[in-house]
This record gives sequence, structure tokens and C-alpha cells, in this order.
Amino acid sequence: MYDLVASLASGVLVGAIYGLAAIGLSLIFGVMKVINLTHGAMIALGMFALYFFVSVLGFNPYVSLLPIVAGGFVVGVMVYWIAVNRVIGSSDLMSLLATFAMNMIIIGVGTALWTTSPYNVDFSLPGISWHGYTIPGTQIVAAALAIVIAGLLYVFLYHTRTGKAVRAVASNRQAAELMGIPTRRILAIAFGLGIAVAGAAGALIATLFPFTILSGGSYELKSFVVTVLGGLGNPAGALAGGILLGLIEGGVAPFVDVSWTPVIEFSLFVLILIAFPAGLFRIGKNH
Amino acid sequence: MYKRPFFWIVLAVIAAFVLVPGISGDVGLRESLLLGAVYIVLASNLNLMIGYTGYVNFGNIAFFGLGGYIGMYLVTALHWSVWLASAVAGASVSLFALLLGLGILRLRGAYFALATIGINEAVKAAVSNFSPFGGASGMYLSFSSFAPLGGPRHALWIIYFAIVVLMGASLLLSLAIKNSKFGLGLFAIREDEDAAIVLGVRAPWYKSAIFALSAFLPAMVGTLYFFKNGVILPEQAFDLTLSIEAIVMLMLGGQGTIFGAAFGAFVYEQFRGFLLVSPLFSQFQLVVAGILLLAIVLFLPGGFMGWVYRKLPRLRKVLE
Repeated sequence: MYDLVASLASGVLVGAIYGLAAIGLSLIFGVMKVINLTHGAMIALGMFALYFFVSVLGFNPYVSLLPIVAGGFVVGVMVYWIAVNRVIGSSDLMSLLATFAMNMIIIGVGTALWTTSPYNVDFSLPGISWHGYTIPGTQIVAAALAIVIAGLLYVFLYHTRTGKAVRAVASNRQAAELMGIPTRRILAIAFGLGIAVAGAAGALIATLFPFTILSGGSYELKSFVVTVLGGLGNPAGALAGGILLGLIEGGVAPFVDVSWTPVIEFSLFVLILIAFPAGLFRIGKNH
Repeated sequence: MYKRPFFWIVLAVIAAFVLVPGISGDVGLRESLLLGAVYIVLASNLNLMIGYTGYVNFGNIAFFGLGGYIGMYLVTALHWSVWLASAVAGASVSLFALLLGLGILRLRGAYFALATIGINEAVKAAVSNFSPFGGASGMYLSFSSFAPLGGPRHALWIIYFAIVVLMGASLLLSLAIKNSKFGLGLFAIREDEDAAIVLGVRAPWYKSAIFALSAFLPAMVGTLYFFKNGVILPEQAFDLTLSIEAIVMLMLGGQGTIFGAAFGAFVYEQFRGFLLVSPLFSQFQLVVAGILLLAIVLFLPGGFMGWVYRKLPRLRKVLE
């Protein structure tokens, strides 16, 4: 019994970070109907950025989130202008391939720089112990920060002028253009935000687990599962979807071998996609 | 069909694939052409979905991997001959695709693409846990499995010729579909699915049929390819990167064209081989391939054949 509760608690905490990662993917899809296949590479870059700030420069990991988010935004805007801008509005295949090409380039450079061997950020906080189970402090702080970042994004999207413009472009790009919104610039900002959030999620994951340049790939796949649970293009649902995925992982962990988790996850993913293409949660979906 | 010039071009290509390494006896050349032929099978069957029907199958490698697994299981555990195993693998993966297609082909655009990624991962994870298929450690052939084909050295040549035959079958299948009423229905679905349905194309049936058909030859080749390697592992069999590389090959040559799919696959294989051995680029193979793909997508979305058709419109009738 205790092991199930501990496993579920740990699942919820990790799930909040899955949710944050998925928000980045979901925001970009919601605004420009592009499935961003650089997502995994950006999560991995976030991990290595954290390694750089903490292990090389000696920063506090949570302080380093600030430059990582800012840097992620800049990288995202650059990727938008290089690879995405020209394929907006053409077929799905083109945007999938353009972002995948960027992914190959980033992973290729990353592999040449850091090889594919694992890296680790040495950092720990006192945890909470309960009936012989310990939840590390880093997990609790990471989950809390994930929710804070998601909240900040929400405030930005609903209570600032630029954020409202992002939502306007998402709901009807032509009408937004007619209202005088510079839609290209807004798309670039939305892409930058999506990447910044993905990078932050990567950095938070790096405080918990060891990572390689290829680690982003499995979180990218999890983000797909989460966005489908939460509804493609629905950032608020993504957080709920992430926590649900964490609960599923935590809930099955005591009963089946860990290698079966992906089977359950991806089967569920395909079934939900077929049965509910709009996602299970429709929270905050007003377009 | 044999009145079309392209039919004879396909036959000439098959003859070249058989004769050039066959006469010279060059094993290195044979290995390179074998990989090229496998890529041509993958790319031209993928073309049936992406180029003809307009559905982006990101998990196309699942057919190849699953075919390999079923075939290897039949050969190692049940001691079937590799030919029968390959045919049964093709048929069962096709059936699997047909049933799967009835579900996921209701999704369109990006949703379909995502579902296919999910299916590839789900199948990979399931196979990694399935103990008759050896789980995560895969399956190995014993040396004696090559005996019915006259020993390993002989067997490798026979498998190579068989893969070349399947490559020819893929190209002719694409040509036959392109010139049939069925093919016209698929093109109509690609252009505007709703309009096609209104005009009487039975879209759900057509889509499921082409999905199943596009699974058949890759699954057969999967069996032969992994039989030749003597080992099959989940990571290699369901490699999402190869899945996407197949899309790159298709884009390079020009989606929707048969010659383009084959040409793109062949050139990509040669190019990859060059990058892997080049001292300057071996570290940056992925980067160079990525830049190439990005350049095609941004500046030449019709691929090589799109460019050729624009320059020499008459070739449209010859190189289909």
C-alpha cells in the first residue's frame, strides 16, 4: 500500500515536468499547426545548458533557469526564421520535415561536442521521508517550478497584450492580420516561447536524472502522449495530461515490470487519438 | 503496362542490380547495392502512402521491423524455409496494417502522423517484452540456418538477388497502381478527400487497402534483410530514424514519382556511405544530412524529379 502511494506521489511530481515539456509542444501546435520535431533536441539542449551553468560556471541550478529560458527563447526565434517561417501554411509533411531537419542538425552537432555518453549534474536537496520511502527534495522543487512556469505562461497568454495577440493568431490568423497584428512576428514569439518552455523542462529534468544528448527523444515521445491526453494545441490541458501520465506511470510501476510502461503508454496514446482527437481535457479551450 | 517505357527502365535497373555485382563478384559492391535495394523498397512503398494518398506515415519502419521479427521467428523457432517465412510475414503484417488502418486512417494530417509514431513505439515496446521474440536481447540465427541455401557464402548472394526481385516488384507495383482506377482514386483523396468522397471514391476502403498494400513488400524485405544479418534487435528493427530517413529519400527524389523515390533512396544510400567514411564529415554525417533535408524542404519541395519535370516536361512520360 505504502509503495503504491509513494509511487503515485513520485509519478505526480515527475508528471508535472512532463506537462511542462508538453506545454511547449502544444503551444506551438496550437498557434501554427506545426508539430515541432526539434522538441526533443531542445529539451536535450536545456539539459546541457544546465550542466554548463551548474557544473562549469558554478551557478545555483534554479537561478540558471532564468538564462536558460531567455536563451531558449532566442534559439526558438532563430529556428523559426531559419526553418519554419517558409513552410507555414504548406502541407503538414513540409513542417514536419523542416523541424526534423533542424533536429538532425542539433543532435549531430551535440553528438560531436558532447558524444552520447551520460552526463550528470551533482546536486541534491533534503527530501521528505515517509514510511521508509524518500521523495528527493529536487523532485518536489522541480515539480513546483514546473507549475510556476506554466502559471507564468498562462498569465502571459491571458493578461498581456502580446499574449492576447498570440491567442488571436492561434484562433484565426487572417482575422488577426486584418486587426493589425504582425502575425509573422507573433508566430516567431510563440515558437520562441514553446522552445523556452521545452528548454526549462529539460533543465528541470537534468536536476533529477542523468542525461545524454539523445535523452530528449524519449521526453519528446512522452510529450506527444501528453499533448494527446490533454488535447493537441491546448496548453492548459497539457499540464493536466502530464500529471495524468505521471499518475499512470506511478500507478503501474509497483505491479508490472518497468519495460512494459511504454507499451501501455503508447497503446493508450493511439487509442485516445482515435477515440478523442480533441483530447480528454478541454480546460481553458476557448477557440 | 509493358507498353510504357518506364516498365522497360525498371527491368533494365533490375538487370543492372543483378549483373554488375554478379559478374564482377565484388562483395563490397553487393553489400552497398543490397542496402540501396532495401532503401528503394522502403521509399517506394512509403511513396504509396505519402506521394499517392497524401498520408504521412512516420512509423513506416514498423512494417519492416515487424516483418523481420515474424520471419525470423518462423525461421529460428519453427524451422521454416526463409522464402515461406518471408511470404507469411508479408501477409500477416499486411493484415495487421489493414486492421490498424481501419482505426487510424480516420485521422487526418498531423494527427495521423502522430498516431503512426505512437504505433511504431508501441510495437517496438511490445516486441521488446515479448519473450518468444527474444525480448530486448533479440533473436539470433544459428549457422545451420544457411545450410538449405548452400552455406553462408552462397546464401548471401541468393538473399541479395531475392531482395533485388522484391525491389523490382515494389517499382512495378507502384507503376501498376499509378495507371489504375484505384490509383486515380488515391490521387483524388490526396488532392481533396471530401471532394473525392462526394464524387464516389470509397475513401475509407481505398485508404485501408493502400495502407495494407504498402506494408506487404517492406515486411517481406524485413525478413530477408534480418535473415541476412543473422540477428534482429528491437532497436534496429523499429529505428524511428530510419523511418524518417525513408521520408528524406522520398523528398530528395520527389514524392509522388516512382523514379524519384527509387533515385532518392539510391542517392541517399551512396551519400550516407560517403559521409560515413569521409574523414572530414564522418563526425557530422547527421548534420550534413539535416542541412540537405532542410534545403530540399525550403527551396525544392518537389525534389529532384520536380526540378527535372520543370526543365524537361517531356520526361514526365518516360520517368514516371
